[in-house]
Amino acid sequence: MSSFPQTLDDLPPGGFGGSLKSAPSAATAKAPRESRADWRLGDRIGYAMAWAAGIALCLIAASIVGYMGWQGLQYLRPELLFTHPSPEVDQAKSGGFLDPLLGTAILTAVGITIATPIGVGIAVFVVEFGKPRWLARTVEAAIEIVAGTPDIVLAIFGLALFQNSIFSWMSFTAEGGAVFGRSFLTAGAIMSLIAIPMVYGATREGLLSIPRHMREASYGLGKTRASTIRRVLLPAVRPNIATGAVLGMGRIAGDTAIVVILLGATLRLEPEGGLPGLDILKGTGSTLTSYVYNNSPAGEGGSFEKAYAAAFVLLLIVVGLNAFVDVVARRGSKNGLPTRPGGS
Amino acid sequence: MLDRLRQPWTDQRAGRMLGALASLVLITIILMVLFVAKEAWPMFQHNGLSWLGPGGDVDQQIGQMVNTGANPSGKDYYFRAWPLIWGTMLTTGFAVFFGLIFAVLASIFIVEFAPERIRRIVIPAVRLLAAVPSVIYGLIGILVLVPFVGNHIITQSDKKSVEQLVQINGSSLLVAVMVLTVMIVPIMIAMCVDALHSVPRGWKEGSLALGVNRWRAIWTVSLRAARPAIIASAVLATARALGEAIMLSMVAGSRGFAPNPFDGLLFLLEPLRPVASTIVENSESLQAPAIRSMVYALALLLLFSSLILSVGGYLAKRPLKKYGLNS
Repeated sequence: MSSFPQTLDDLPPGGFGGSLKSAPSAATAKAPRESRADWRLGDRIGYAMAWAAGIALCLIAASIVGYMGWQGLQYLRPELLFTHPSPEVDQAKSGGFLDPLLGTAILTAVGITIATPIGVGIAVFVVEFGKPRWLARTVEAAIEIVAGTPDIVLAIFGLALFQNSIFSWMSFTAEGGAVFGRSFLTAGAIMSLIAIPMVYGATREGLLSIPRHMREASYGLGKTRASTIRRVLLPAVRPNIATGAVLGMGRIAGDTAIVVILLGATLRLEPEGGLPGLDILKGTGSTLTSYVYNNSPAGEGGSFEKAYAAAFVLLLIVVGLNAFVDVVARRGSKNGLPTRPGGS
Repeated sequence: MLDRLRQPWTDQRAGRMLGALASLVLITIILMVLFVAKEAWPMFQHNGLSWLGPGGDVDQQIGQMVNTGANPSGKDYYFRAWPLIWGTMLTTGFAVFFGLIFAVLASIFIVEFAPERIRRIVIPAVRLLAAVPSVIYGLIGILVLVPFVGNHIITQSDKKSVEQLVQINGSSLLVAVMVLTVMIVPIMIAMCVDALHSVPRGWKEGSLALGVNRWRAIWTVSLRAARPAIIASAVLATARALGEAIMLSMVAGSRGFAPNPFDGLLFLLEPLRPVASTIVENSESLQAPAIRSMVYALALLLLFSSLILSVGGYLAKRPLKKYGLNS
């Protein structure tokens, strides 16, 4: 695939017969192998703009990373990572962001634990069973709809859903019996909705790329469809599942709206109830994203140094997850670009 | 129970279990519409559909809803969301328009013109831009771009001229559109690049053989063949831009003001607050019934827009199958 434009380069494009004699114009200076001097002006402008767009992308990415790196390293102190935050006005006393860091880890773990089995299950159902057909079709469309729904709408829906008393075990219940609806469990459950499309997409792609004869060989040995899936297909798509899960983790770690609305964005982890472990999951907390939001001039904290430091750590985590996908799992992909709306 | 699960599953049982699992997604969507609509109902009850229209200062109306607290009377529900909707339309429209031009040019560059060495830089750059969390875009916007616009682009006389309507300090439509464009471009590029790759080589070579140059071949043949995917990418990017809450609430000024195009270029420098940001910023005061129904009504609006856009994106991609191309 990547050799295709090169082969076109080698072709003498019609109109100028591969002539290299004309002086390179500003637009062609970067590619001396070809002359575009006798293209029409409009074409040359278009060509130059395509180059400009490509270079601008690189510059924007480089300046974001460079700026965040510069600011982050300037303000990041190791003790920030290991001290609890506290709600002090004096920034010297307001502590670090240990709790938000843990919150990001916990929330990502909860979200992806829910999302992976569901995403894989749905992909297996759609690709391997696909019956009844209308259900498979509808589910495919439904996944697209969930992927296209704004996270803020998912969050506000989660709040309405989990404030019902049948979900009271997932969060804190106030004196009058009102369910708070905000906890790591509820936020994680809604977070899984933004990760499911990624897991589903990656698994589906993997399943579709497995040649038919692998399935037929397994049936020929007398295995049922179910055990073929379990013993042959799922092990074969394990790298795809890992890719989808890691991409989903990146999206969960980077999401802010759900955290602000469904996790309560309390500065520290606030355990609820007695059982150790479960009490944290039932309690509220914050993540790096909500910490950055609250410490930016838009929130109430107003400590942009700490916002920069936390944002730098967050960027490292998210970019690290994506780089991990590149190195480990995505070697064979078509062009390496995300095919569904990613980031966030 | 666990014992039975460990037994090899029969096909029928596995199919049924997975089918039930898959239906969960459907149920989630239905529940989502139902719950959001139920919570939004009082807003419709008191305002009909006219809350979508203009009328009065939306920030005052929201303030009134917060003040009435637990027992709002009928007139406390008075709400006209037009400035918020107009804000969403402006940011989304401009960002998708500029993003589309930028993304198409960049995709052509990546697929057709970039030398291998540069391509190896551009593709990770696109992926990086797609991965950066929105709160980081917002942070850069509010700490770098907003002060820059406020100090260097807005003059004192500009501030004076709209003083009685709104204060302008740099948090503006301009910054919002700039940052939003950068956020949605990677999504569009990913889809456009895929589509341009899947244009059969022979089509382009055929047009080259007819004597047009490479740019013309791309512009007339490849782009036309990829047009459904380009439209679909714009539709999906629109859905993304509609729902962007955090970044826009950070850089757009968070003021329920409708920028007026008749103010000339100054309108680019006026603050606004889109629908999604309004939801996030009022999520603290959801105990007040009036605010609650207002927030859920706005969420219902976003939900319906994104549903329509999802369906639109699906329909836009369909002609690709006609050519045997997959996006």
